[in-house]
Amino acid sequence: MEKPSPDKFWTWFNPVGRETGGWAFILNRVTALGLTFYLYLHLVILSQLATGPQAYDQFVALMRNPISISAEVLVVAAGIMHGLNGIRIVLTTFGFGVTRQKQLFYGLMALALVIILFFTVRMFTA
Amino acid sequence: MSEKWNITLKVSRQKEGETPHFDEYKMEVDPDEYVLDAVERVWAFMDRTVCFRHACHHSTCGACGMRVNNVEKLTCITSIRDMCQDGGTLKVEPLRNFPVISDLAVDMGSLYNRLEAVGARSVLPVPEAEIEKPASTWDPADQQYIRLADCIECGLCISACPSAATSSGYLGPAVLAGAQANGLKRNPELLQLVDAEDGVWRCHSAFECSAVCPSLVDPARRIMNLRTQVFTERFSRLFHKA
Ligand code: SF4
Repeated sequence: MEKPSPDKFWTWFNPVGRETGGWAFILNRVTALGLTFYLYLHLVILSQLATGPQAYDQFVALMRNPISISAEVLVVAAGIMHGLNGIRIVLTTFGFGVTRQKQLFYGLMALALVIILFFTVRMFTA
Repeated sequence: MSEKWNITLKVSRQKEGETPHFDEYKMEVDPDEYVLDAVERVWAFMDRTVCFRHACHHSTCGACGMRVNNVEKLTCITSIRDMCQDGGTLKVEPLRNFPVISDLAVDMGSLYNRLEAVGARSVLPVPEAEIEKPASTWDPADQQYIRLADCIECGLCISACPSAATSSGYLGPAVLAGAQANGLKRNPELLQLVDAEDGVWRCHSAFECSAVCPSLVDPARRIMNLRTQVFTERFSRLFHKA
């Protein structure tokens, strides 16, 4: 078989010619990378906060602006979509919904949308 | 009189050491002809250097798999009408995840070797070939009859699989489907091969293999079933010494 190469890594994200399951696969990769990046960012920020109360106050003020809240909504959305997509994978692995994997994906993503909307409203109005 | 379309056939070209590029061929076709007919017309009347694989022309040999307008297709049963429109372009490329030998022909050796490694059967008892109806619905008496296995070893599933793109060691959908059809109960020695990083666990549930399979093997379903077989076999080995 052909050897893996760095440029083939992008084939993971190429949506051209893909079916529903392929879209679910791409979504899982994108959200996983986003969440990993967020985790790194989170640790860097936490280490900054340890420098004193002034840094903490500045950070809290920064997080109140709409751009920061939108970024937080994105993190929540990625977590929910990744988690529910993971449930699809676990279910199909155990033989549940294999022949209905498309409907399973659409159903779980509809649920994700409802939960994301709920959190979006909560986060912007809190 | 048959309908006529004017199309552009865009063929991926790559001889040894070359970077791939496309050559375009304009032609008149009957839209109900197959994509393979258009490729053959190029070879017969326009360019004898175009290289591609084909044999039976009726979806049995599995040789003419290509990517047509970005989707894996068995070109001998894919009509031009289904892939483009009058005045449109038909793009044909070699399968992914196999080394390109020349233009549209790829080296399928790795698939054949792995099918052999899992003992994939090309002929099996009729009730075990699930193409017509589930195994459980056959009369046990039919066990005496044999037929060809559903998998025609075309490699479309390997080409469409995103996991195969990033791990050259991955057994791949057709091979895991072959192992599943054999069953771990009957072939316990297969457990080590399939219960591995490049076995059933490399599959990331994209289900692209089943979407492109022209022979209703449904490799994704079989991989999921093989995972269940792996769990069952591992669990039972906890209580029984080998
Ligand atoms: S499983 Fe289907 S797509 Fe894969 S090699 Fe066999 S027939 Fe072709």
